[in-house]
Amino acid sequence: MRKKIYYVTQIKKAAHLLLFKRHRKPGVKGWELKKELGSDYSKILTLLNKYLEKLGLQIKTVFEGEKSPEKPTRAQLDKARFFVTLRGELTTKETKMMGWRIDDIAGLAITLSAIIAEKGKASRKDVEQLLRNKLPHWRVSTNLDRYIREGYIDQDESGFLFTDWRTRAEIDEKTLIDLILSK
Amino acid sequence: MQKNRKTKQLGKERLQRIIDLCFSVEERGVDPFLINIDDLISVIQQFFPEWKNPEELCLDAEALHQIASAIKLQSDWVKQRSTSLYRDPFLVMEKLQTLTKEDLGLLFLKSWQPIVQLEQISPSSMVEALTYWHNLTPLDERWRKDELLHILARTATREELIEQQIISEKKFSKELEIFWEELKRKVGNKQKIEYWDFIGDETYEETVKRAYLTSFLVTYGYATLEVDRLEEIIYILPFDIPKPTANNKQATSLPIPITFEEWRNWKAGERE
Repeated sequence: MRKKIYYVTQIKKAAHLLLFKRHRKPGVKGWELKKELGSDYSKILTLLNKYLEKLGLQIKTVFEGEKSPEKPTRAQLDKARFFVTLRGELTTKETKMMGWRIDDIAGLAITLSAIIAEKGKASRKDVEQLLRNKLPHWRVSTNLDRYIREGYIDQDESGFLFTDWRTRAEIDEKTLIDLILSK
Repeated sequence: MQKNRKTKQLGKERLQRIIDLCFSVEERGVDPFLINIDDLISVIQQFFPEWKNPEELCLDAEALHQIASAIKLQSDWVKQRSTSLYRDPFLVMEKLQTLTKEDLGLLFLKSWQPIVQLEQISPSSMVEALTYWHNLTPLDERWRKDELLHILARTATREELIEQQIISEKKFSKELEIFWEELKRKVGNKQKIEYWDFIGDETYEETVKRAYLTSFLVTYGYATLEVDRLEEIIYILPFDIPKPTANNKQATSLPIPITFEEWRNWKAGERE
């Protein structure tokens, strides 16, 4: 009974940590979860994930670096960032409620596809050229800056764009490319 | 001999071309399989027996190093193409051009699982914020620059010196009493002594110290001052018992400059 109460309290605490915005970047680092929930935080997250499944949500882990390790070590988990994301798909109506226009979403899709197709690095000029085919000129640069600001992409000093942490957390890159090619 | 030199020259040029080719492939990011590694290796093998001096051997090593880099590029190329994520960029670009905005948006939604996050204020956080707000000092106070205070120079009081622990109260009282005894001894039966004759000492520093103590003797009623305005001489008269300063009498200050010049004049006069 005491153990059950402990886990219920810890799951509630974990949900609060993950759902409420704590930093500029969303999500919580592994070491923060360990500090607040104890060393068995992975177990608590598994229990919370099961509960979130009923609500159409899931806990996602984004590891440092581009590739996710198959069997992450404790140190890798501590450095990783944990988020709650949607489990299923969004409808266009829902995206409007989130403040995303179809133009913005299409622009993001084009940008990410171009970067992924170019082995993870695409010149901003080329991407802008691509976006200008479908978006008004004045929106192109504004949209790219928004994607950078929100963490979907980043730009290096040479003007090359590459995917950033938010893409790794939210977007199934393989599915996106497969869907585009199969259309 | 002439033929040997020509062969060496040709070999060096070939090695330099190998280095340039590998470098340009790496720089431009073109298909690394455009390089035929076997051909390049055979060139290196062909000319290797000709190299004798360190400069030639360094060129040979550099060419080999560039070939190794090209092989690594080829390996990465194969690895990238073998991943499930690899799709021909031309195909992807072609598709992106043909799809409409709406189609692209809808396809993206199928692969997008946005982060769920709340920004909510609770009553307890409001209370906490209010407490913080009340305790927060105004900006003009927080951002005030430390400036030097302009104060008028004045003499330090004994209390201030005691407070700043420059002098100790107990020691000072005792020192003052010894000083009072000395004054009485020096005056003897004459009742008064010239101010400079009492405070004057061997050094200027000691003179200042004695003047300082004398001022307290007068302030605390151990002695009094008498000024001969005609002769411009100040006398000091000790009391047998300290007299408390009368409250009903207006206290007067008598500034006596103890300058180095005056001390020197007094010292010269004493010698005469």
